[in-house]
Amino acid sequence: MTWFRRSKENIDSGNQKKEMPEGMWTKCSSCGEILHKGAVEQNLWVCPKCGFHFRIGSKEYFSILFDEGTFKEHDAKMTSKDPLNFVDTKKYKDRIKETIKKTGLHDAIRYGTGKMNKRETVIACMDFAFIGGSMGSVVGEKIVRAIDKSMKLKAPLIIISASGGARMMEAAYSLMQLAKTSAKLAQLSQKKIPYISLMTDPTTGGTTASYAMLGDINVAEPGALIGFAGPRVIKQTIGKDLPEGFQRAEFLLEKGFVDVVVPRKDLKTTISNLLSMMN
Amino acid sequence: MAKVVLEFERPIYELEQKIDEIKNLSDNVDVTDEVKTLEKKVNQLRENIFSNLTRWQRVQLARHPERPYTLDYIQHMTTDFVELHGDRFYGDDKAIVGGFAKLDGQPVMIIGQQKGRDTKSNLYRNFGMPNPEGYRKALRFMKLAAKFNKPVITLLDTPGAYPGIEAEERGQAEAIARNLFEMSHLPVPIIVVIIGEGASGGALGIGVGDRMLMLENTWYSVIAPESCSSILWKSWDFKEQAAEALRLTATDLLEQKIVDRIIPEPLGGAHRNLQQAAMILKDTLLDELKALSKMKPDKLIEKRIEKFCKMGAWNE
Ligand SMILES: [Zn+2]
Repeated sequence: MTWFRRSKENIDSGNQKKEMPEGMWTKCSSCGEILHKGAVEQNLWVCPKCGFHFRIGSKEYFSILFDEGTFKEHDAKMTSKDPLNFVDTKKYKDRIKETIKKTGLHDAIRYGTGKMNKRETVIACMDFAFIGGSMGSVVGEKIVRAIDKSMKLKAPLIIISASGGARMMEAAYSLMQLAKTSAKLAQLSQKKIPYISLMTDPTTGGTTASYAMLGDINVAEPGALIGFAGPRVIKQTIGKDLPEGFQRAEFLLEKGFVDVVVPRKDLKTTISNLLSMMN
Repeated sequence: MAKVVLEFERPIYELEQKIDEIKNLSDNVDVTDEVKTLEKKVNQLRENIFSNLTRWQRVQLARHPERPYTLDYIQHMTTDFVELHGDRFYGDDKAIVGGFAKLDGQPVMIIGQQKGRDTKSNLYRNFGMPNPEGYRKALRFMKLAAKFNKPVITLLDTPGAYPGIEAEERGQAEAIARNLFEMSHLPVPIIVVIIGEGASGGALGIGVGDRMLMLENTWYSVIAPESCSSILWKSWDFKEQAAEALRLTATDLLEQKIVDRIIPEPLGGAHRNLQQAAMILKDTLLDELKALSKMKPDKLIEKRIEKFCKMGAWNE
């Protein structure tokens, strides 16, 4: 119900602040250091000075996790059907078209198969750049297919979340994606195939209230915002300021909802290591 | 007539008041014919108004302060209800109630979100907005039902899961996610009924089942129309348009193949005749249970997962 306010906030402001601007140089939004973009990229889009993790997309995560040249994407062209002919101040159809054009993505998730440290792995990764990483029918269906692929190959599944929540313009359909993905994960679980959930900045709303929280192991990137309701909504509801570090990855670790916080440079090694002991 | 009158109900209310006045004046005059004519008129008016409700008007009816809540239905359609409490980890969430009860002599586990009726009871019930322990309490009851092979009935009626600091600390998202996961393969029949407001993940948190039913004057969506308006229109004033765009009524959800069946309400809404509303719900539940009780657990689970996996619309 409430996570969209968060998602709007992210689309409006957070987005520009945390993603890399155009040009050669960039400024770290955490420590303010002026950084050479090449150097940041070399450092997996992490500030070399303070360790701040810039928001990145599926392309970057696939390149970080998969062994070079092994990734094969599936159902790349799947797009939203706009089942409700949704119109607010803009037609949803146009919103999709524009976002596809702007981002080069088809929806807020991509998935594929490949090798991670030589192990066959299925990875689905969300893109926050696509309508705030909102979960609609396409996200739900691609996750279901990624799980099917996992079961067929008997290969572990990794889902990387970056999402403001469910996609309002698909109304009840988008809500049902929470149930759809969770039900399908139950099937995967019965087959005893490992599922690692990786939560990145931000993971909120319906995404958190479904697959993101259901990992056999829940991994989070440092500093990632993770929660159900967005901070602004909570602040409005209780009329008080929120405590320092509230809803950050380290906070969830402390409260017992994240197994391990892993810096980006260690993701591949740590997840591979875990999988080698689970499979 | 109900004490709370919605704007679109006002013509009905005014006519009813007029009938009452005439009846009161009738000591020395015979007004039978006049009253009869007016009563006919009021029925026609009611039928007219209620067969042409806008989506926003349905939302208003779903939130009607006199609308029956979970405990009202339990009281009027079951016997031997024993309310159970607590999640056995943290506490007892008053926004979710549940327990064993008999439906026409048949033991069932019945669980639902519970709103309050006045300020005091609303504070006690947290306005029907569950905390994580509410979802965990519900899950405990469902597993209890599964252990003793009893069907589960859940009644959905909430403005949303509670957005608070403690709710986040105790894992609101995890609690809802866990329920979706566990409910998808609970080895007993689950029937889900939206009896009022089906607001997003907070409602869905007890809403995964074999059969999804919706009372006639309810809504179910990913967001409330007001919040949707405030985000997409950047103003609170477009709630009517948002309700239309969200297509959130029972008829809409039946069309979208998310809901299996619409349960009719007494004319004017469930609050106009609780007894009748409860009887219709009871008969529908018995009918659904009969069909589901024939299915083996494995088949039930397989069908349930399949049902949710079909939901959505995409282009390949
Ligand atoms: Zn920095």
